[in-house]
Amino acid sequence: MSPLLSAGTPAPDFTLPKSPDAKLRLADTRGHPVILAFYPADWSPVCGDELTVFNEVLPEFQRYRAELLGISVDGVWCHKAYAAARHFDFTLLADFEPKGAVSRAYGAYRAQDGFSERALFVLDAAGVIRWSYLSPVGVNPGADGILAALEALK
Amino acid sequence: MTARLTPPVSARDHAQGPADAPVTLVEYGDYECPHCGRAYPIVKAVQRSMGNDLRFVFRNFPLAKSHEHAEHAAEMAEAADQHGKFWPMHDILFENQDALEDENLVAYAATLGIDPVWAATALAQGLFQERVREDFASGVRSGVNGTPTFFINGARYDGLLHPTALLEALVLAATPE
Repeated sequence: MSPLLSAGTPAPDFTLPKSPDAKLRLADTRGHPVILAFYPADWSPVCGDELTVFNEVLPEFQRYRAELLGISVDGVWCHKAYAAARHFDFTLLADFEPKGAVSRAYGAYRAQDGFSERALFVLDAAGVIRWSYLSPVGVNPGADGILAALEALK
Repeated sequence: MTARLTPPVSARDHAQGPADAPVTLVEYGDYECPHCGRAYPIVKAVQRSMGNDLRFVFRNFPLAKSHEHAEHAAEMAEAADQHGKFWPMHDILFENQDALEDENLVAYAATLGIDPVWAATALAQGLFQERVREDFASGVRSGVNGTPTFFINGARYDGLLHPTALLEALVLAATPE
């Protein structure tokens, strides 16, 4: 298992489905900071979980012009239903085929389990990783580390 | 990355128990969140077990996009605080999580002896929005990662939401090294 990519590393480019009929290429997001939030699975049994908190904190992220992208191995239809049910106002990307390829490229894949780690990356406007964090298994990270990293970009 | 309570507990907080208790438990909670509802009797149980060794503090963290009544419920608890009724309102809200419409909130205020017209106006004019927003912002800075999130003597508690596990962590924090 390759280690989590760390600060100073150019973020590997990727193109992933963001909806049943559209894709997102990471390189097209240059010009503003990007937060990549890898997470194990949609429909976690916890309602007030990490992504729900991030969804509420979006205005804070937007103060830094930062875009939040959630990434898991779930498919686009699953993401669509999940985002609608949780009222998410940010994009979920499907690292579905080949399964987990982008998660692996960032060192954020749990091959033994077949899903992504809970891992966070903050990319600067040039697409370079400025902060990364691997959360212990079963512990949701808060938004404090992301906000500190965005503050440090200024 | 260590999640630390920011800012620390101060006079602005709602607290139960002695200020010089060896352990302070802080909850960031949402009155409509079912997990917070599940935590409510657990907190009561550890308060009974710890007695004067525990101070309990509640801060608002309404997940307003998920729970449409959470923001107003939090504001009503703050409104009740103006009349010295924060904790009675806190308990009523958690004991009636399925009845948190504005008219319910105003009725709860009335049962606590608060003028219902004033309570309705406080909600309509958002008199306590800023206070709730301050709590929310402090939660984000502190590393709140869901609701409820607990802090024991300033450090985030990542253990199980279970009376035995929580009590063990609190007793450990109360024990001098």
